[in-house]
Formats: sequence, structure tokens, C-alpha cells
Amino acid sequence: MTDLAGMPTLEAAQGAKDQHMVINMGPQHPATHGVLRLVLEIDGEIVVRIYPEIGYLHTGIEKTCEAKFYQQVVPLTDRINYLDPLSNNLCYCLAVEKLLGLEMPEKAQWLRVLLAELSRLNSHLIWLGTHAMDIGALTVFLYTFREREEILRILEGLAGQRMMTSYIRVGGVSMEPPLDFFDRVQAFIRSFPEKIDEYSNLLTGNPIFRNRLKGVGYLSAADAIALGVTGPPMRASGVDFDLRRDMPYSSYEKFQFNVPTSTDGDCWARYEVRLIEMRESVKIIQQALDGMPEGPVKADAPKIVLPDREKMKTQMEALIHHFKIVTEGFAVPPGEVYQGIEAGHGQTGYYVVSDGTAKPYRVHMRYPSFATLQALETMCKGRMLADLVAVIGSIDIVLGEIDR
Amino acid sequence: MTNEARNKTLPNKAAVLEELGGHPAVKAILAWNSEALTDARFDRNELTLSFEPEQICAAARAVQAAGYNFFEDMTAVDWFPASPRFQLSYHILSHQYKEYIRLRVLLKGDEPSIESLTPVWPSANFYEREVFDLFGIRFDGHPNLRRIMMPDDWQGHPLRKDYPVEGYR
Repeated sequence: MTDLAGMPTLEAAQGAKDQHMVINMGPQHPATHGVLRLVLEIDGEIVVRIYPEIGYLHTGIEKTCEAKFYQQVVPLTDRINYLDPLSNNLCYCLAVEKLLGLEMPEKAQWLRVLLAELSRLNSHLIWLGTHAMDIGALTVFLYTFREREEILRILEGLAGQRMMTSYIRVGGVSMEPPLDFFDRVQAFIRSFPEKIDEYSNLLTGNPIFRNRLKGVGYLSAADAIALGVTGPPMRASGVDFDLRRDMPYSSYEKFQFNVPTSTDGDCWARYEVRLIEMRESVKIIQQALDGMPEGPVKADAPKIVLPDREKMKTQMEALIHHFKIVTEGFAVPPGEVYQGIEAGHGQTGYYVVSDGTAKPYRVHMRYPSFATLQALETMCKGRMLADLVAVIGSIDIVLGEIDR
Repeated sequence: MTNEARNKTLPNKAAVLEELGGHPAVKAILAWNSEALTDARFDRNELTLSFEPEQICAAARAVQAAGYNFFEDMTAVDWFPASPRFQLSYHILSHQYKEYIRLRVLLKGDEPSIESLTPVWPSANFYEREVFDLFGIRFDGHPNLRRIMMPDDWQGHPLRKDYPVEGYR
């Protein structure tokens, strides 16, 4: 077998063994969840090698960040992983707050936990719908999007935006949640566990779905660690690690929840782990609603946090601070920090370097899908071509966060 | 570690060795080669260990054996026009100790190269390609060092500080 390690393109892969065929999948293929292009070397129906080609969605966000004030980066982070926007906001804000040495009021921390979990539900619902659709169970997609719509409506009421909320800001959240927000979330999660049962009824006992996933796309625990796989796929391979529990941030240590794991390491295990994760998220949201502390939702840092509208119109000092923050930004002490959080797809991390000015010197994002994509070949090698579609669905990649 | 110790800043190697001599990563590095550590810093509850570029693979093996098992992230920072120009930051996570450490390397020159970490952690593959693509730093021994984000025929390395934000027009 010719070694094709340095040969990615269709033309170059012509050196493949005679009976092997080189075909192209994507970037417009519906099962690649975006603009992922895979160059496949196949022997009949058996996958021999996979060369992922990415970058079709590269927008240079890391470069753009260097030309923006710290607070102007928040809306950019929404657009990286557009399925789980609040986790991106949270991770970036935690990193900048670490640089600033800013302490968050308790209510802001709890609100952030609630929103991060709501965002995780949002992301898992899209995963479940599209994953089932790839396998051929079209109905589930309509069911999960029904619930996702409710989450988006809640977010719209909260931030005025359905997807790109930019609600979590450096120094807290953008404003007090509206009066009916907590009631709406409560009503949503009261009925949501039944909805998970409904999905489970549609899929778990379904023999076609089961046969397409069981034993497919196996990934061992050692491979998961070696290839940088994080989040639900890592836990489905038997590595029991969750940043929310093991390195808590934003007061996650005050919440009780279980971290589901499995040792099977196949697509079915990933399906089961994510379903249980949704139930655990509901538990966390319930705890956040029950114990939501009173108090401000922004840190007491007038030079960093924008003042309330009311204050700005009555107090001269608040008006000056507002003007200064908008026109000059706020200076951040020099240093470098790395902040990791457990987002819906896995471990997200922001590495922010400051040189003491109002613009970040360097922002680098570690996104889970980027690393997880490296494990695709290990999972699919020697298996049928049709299994590739099931595996791509089960690792739940978002091309926006791969290409950035 | 107590909260007070966590918020402390230890600005240089001597202070880190004195206060954090018992830290598993520091201990492993000292046991492997007590000369290799060029600088160290503990700031905002994050430990940074600096090495000479030639030592990075051996240093990574030493911390890996000490329980820092997960390669989480790596990237570069361009300090143009300062010299040495490039900084590489490797973020390593320990599932056992539940903490990150940062390995840091400074690279001189405009077209630097450094040993690839892929033999130690295969997951470094895409990250090194990204740094090669966007910063123009070469990784010796990398199995597939090609551009990953930009088109293959792209000129220049966009994340360098002397590359304009709007691109060349």
C-alpha cells in the first residue's frame, strides 16, 4: 500500500493501489454537517484511508479579534459555534475576567450556568435530529426542532436574538432577564423529560437505528486521549472526565449532577451518553431555578461594565464611563490565560494574551470538533462506507468551530 | 493548594522552584533534566514552564510520564518586532491532577522550525498544521505538514503581526 500521508488531493491520491478507488465526499454533502470535505480511499465498500480537508468556512476570526476591543470580541464568539453560542460567550468572558481578576456576583454565575445548560440542550437537540436524519429516521428531526424552537424563543425574549445572543458579557450578563424568563424556562424543563422519553421511544427500540449504530465507529479510551477527543465521545469511550465536575468554573461546584460514561466506545454509546446528559442538564437547570440568588447580574466595576440605561441618564459619572468604554475600551493587565469549559461538543478553551492595551494581543480558541475530526479515520478504517455517515453524525461536529 | 497560594504570582524560575518544588510537573522536569528549565512563572493559578526549542519533545515526554496525559491545545504568539519573535504555547491537561500546565518555547528568526510533538501526542497533528499555515513555523518530523485553513497556493501567513488585518490589496 502506497503511503499517502502527504497526498491529500484527488490527483495526488492517484498513487493508491490499483483496485482502490479514490472518491470525494463533500463539501456540499448533506451528511457532513456543513462544508467538510473528505477524500476517501475505498476498497470496494470498505474505507481504507480518510483525508479530511477543512478550511472552507475559515473567516480569520482570531485575526479579527486582534483589531477589536475586548468587549467587541463577544459577538464574534457567537458565530464560531453557532449551535452553542452561550458557551462560547461564557468561555471568552471567563478568560478575560481571569486576566482582569474580576469576581462575578453570585446571581450572574448562576444565570450563566443556567444559560450554558440551556445552550447545551439546544446543541444536543440539533445533534439528535440531524444524526437520526442521517440514519434515515426523518421524523425525529421534526420533534427535536419543536423543542429547540421553544429554547430559541426563550433566548429571543432574553436577549432579543434567537441564535447569536451575545448575552453573556465581560463582567456579568448584558441585562437583567425579563420578568417572565424564569417561568418560561420552568415550563419548558417541566415538560422536557417527557420529550426525551418521546425521542427515546422513537429511536432506542428501533431495530434499524440500533443496527446502524451498535458496534460502529469504535474508539478506545487510549485512542480518544491520544487523538484529543473530548466531551461526550470521550466519555462514551470510558474516560470519566468532565470539566464541570472536575475543574468547576462559574460555581458549577454548587450543583449536583452525574456524568454519564460508557465503555462501549461505539456510536450507540455516544447516543446513550448524550441522551442521559440532556436529562442531567434538566436537573442542573432545575437547581439553578430553585436556588437562583438575589442581587446584581453585573460586577461592580464601572470602568469595565457598561452602566444601566437609567444610571447613564441621571449620573454624570456613569455617562463618562459609558462614553469611555464605548470609544476607548478598557485596558487589561498584561499576561496570558487559558480557560477551558465543558461546552456541548466537548472541551472548549480560550487562550487570551494581553499586552496591557484595550485590544487583545492574541486570542486563540480551542474547539472540540477540530480535534475530534482527527479521530475520524481511526473510527472508520476497515468499515463500510455507509458507516461513515453514522460516525460523522455521532461525533457531532460543527464546521464553524473547526474552521473558525 | 490553598486559595491564597492560588492567587499568588511567582514571577521567575527561582520563586517557582522554591514555592512549587513539590508540584508534580516541576518535580518531573527536575528529575529528567534540572538544567532544561529556562524560565518558569506562576500567575493567575496557571503554571508556565519555558524550555529551549530543542528540548520540547523530551520535556513533553517527561510531563506526560508524570500524569499530564492530555494534549489540549497549542498555538503561537507573534511578538513582532521583538526578538525572539515567536512564542509557542502548549496547554497540557492532567486528568489525574485536574489542572493545566503551559509549556512555552521562544523561537528566533522569521522562518523558524521546531521538532514536532506528533510522536508524543498524535493529536498535535492538526494544531501544528494550523500554526504552520497561519504563522509559517515549520515542524520537523510532522507526518503531513500542509496548509490546513488557507488554500494551498496562498501567499503569506495571516496571523503574523506584519500581515494586515484586511489582507494585501
